Amino acid sequence: MQTVRIAGVGLTHFGVHPERTGRDLFAEAALEAITDASVPRDDVEWVHYGNFMAELAEHQGHQGPLMAESVGLADRPATRHENACTSSGAAFREAVETIRAGSADVVLVGGAERMNNLGTAGATEALAIAADELFEVRAGVTFPGAYALMARAYFAEHGGDRADLAHVAVKNHANATVNEYAQFQREISVEEALDAPMIADPIGMYDACPITDGASAVVLTSESYAREHDVDAPVVVAGSGQGGDALALQDRASLASTPATERAAETAYDDANITVDDVDLTEVHDCFTIAEVLAIEALGFYDEGEGIGAAREEETTRDGPRPVNLSGGLKAKGHPVGATGTGQLVEATRLLRGDHPNSDAVPDATTALTHNAGGTVASAVVHILEVER
Amino acid sequence: MTSGAPVRDSGFDDFLDALADGDGYYLECSNGHGSFPPRRACRVCGETDLEQRTLPSSGTVETFTIVRVPTPQFEGETPYVTAITAFGSVRLTGIVRDVDPDSVERGLTVEPSVERWDDDTRRLTFEPR
Repeated sequence: MQTVRIAGVGLTHFGVHPERTGRDLFAEAALEAITDASVPRDDVEWVHYGNFMAELAEHQGHQGPLMAESVGLADRPATRHENACTSSGAAFREAVETIRAGSADVVLVGGAERMNNLGTAGATEALAIAADELFEVRAGVTFPGAYALMARAYFAEHGGDRADLAHVAVKNHANATVNEYAQFQREISVEEALDAPMIADPIGMYDACPITDGASAVVLTSESYAREHDVDAPVVVAGSGQGGDALALQDRASLASTPATERAAETAYDDANITVDDVDLTEVHDCFTIAEVLAIEALGFYDEGEGIGAAREEETTRDGPRPVNLSGGLKAKGHPVGATGTGQLVEATRLLRGDHPNSDAVPDATTALTHNAGGTVASAVVHILEVER
Repeated sequence: MTSGAPVRDSGFDDFLDALADGDGYYLECSNGHGSFPPRRACRVCGETDLEQRTLPSSGTVETFTIVRVPTPQFEGETPYVTAITAFGSVRLTGIVRDVDPDSVERGLTVEPSVERWDDDTRRLTFEPR
């Protein structure tokens, strides 16, 4: 089995860019990744692309070839992967498998999402279709509403309150202040978070990720290609895992835990031959503050019911023992849905390589974990990255 | 999206018809896993021999939210309460009616019902007993 290396990474600014098309966003990130990789564009053999809502936002299907064409690779095999918010996480996993299987030596993988052109109501509608149409959406479940249902169930089962969640938002905003790609490069206070308008009780405005346009891309190569072509690619994809669960919350055994993440993490840890204690830095899918709490528990950093105080106790802050979301997370960096999975991998790669503005928080880090979740975590993708210093 | 009478979702709309008539049911496999139609195989164990069981006439709210930012379909409805309610071994998700949103609590006993909206869609609702 071929070892997979990250040769190059690229991002657009994550923010409010309603006028920019998906193809334009993706091309910017992909061209940056190809330049960063110092791999000839012509050597790219395959394109995997993640996107969630372009049928609704741009009236555009069949996006695989469109995105390959946007960077001059129209004749390559290209497939679009749709798995709600884990679309590009799943695309990345497929890209890794493509190289591991020996089907290609150089793969371009990424994702993009255009959302702000839909407006708030339109984007809310588009996001809601990640839930079960018959049993959830028709009963008024929105994306924030679904996480609100989980947050209230969590509080009832384990305790904790909105102030605990506010600390997650405060932490992630603080981390994003130096990230030039982030939608919000400003700090917020616990009081501001608690005073913000409610979206779906108990989820307030500052518990929720914003509506974001953006793209991300990664160039992966096989170990043998990197060696032969003397590619500077110190970061290895050491582990990959994916897990699933019932789509509708009502069909889950527990409303306050996310076993799809547990399954994905277990597979990824085994694949990388590490344990949870080996992880130095983590990017988790904090589409809502409660989602970060559920993630750090399901990943094994905390027992069930114990993750709620992690940010408040400064255990997951920048200078804490286990920093989570040094990029600013989805909360502050933004959540261009289809771009988020590979976006996390771009951030984690830079943090490990030492060229991220927050790399100084983790100077000796060798192992990073990324966690990308779809809907209310009916799908989850976890990757483990290791850097050779 | 479609013109004329809406196309039914077989299984699901039959379930709503029964629920509206006070004859709610769910499906159960021999291992006791409950689910709702349309369903050919148990969502947990894959068993295809699913028996129709009577849905309890009332359930208990397990969790809920007060939605204030809606999708376009729910504009004019806010704030509204969506709840997940346990009916014995199965749960359903619905809109809680006839109640001040701020007074809803976990543990509230509700009965399921079905609303028909002006756009001919139907919505599962709960009313406090």
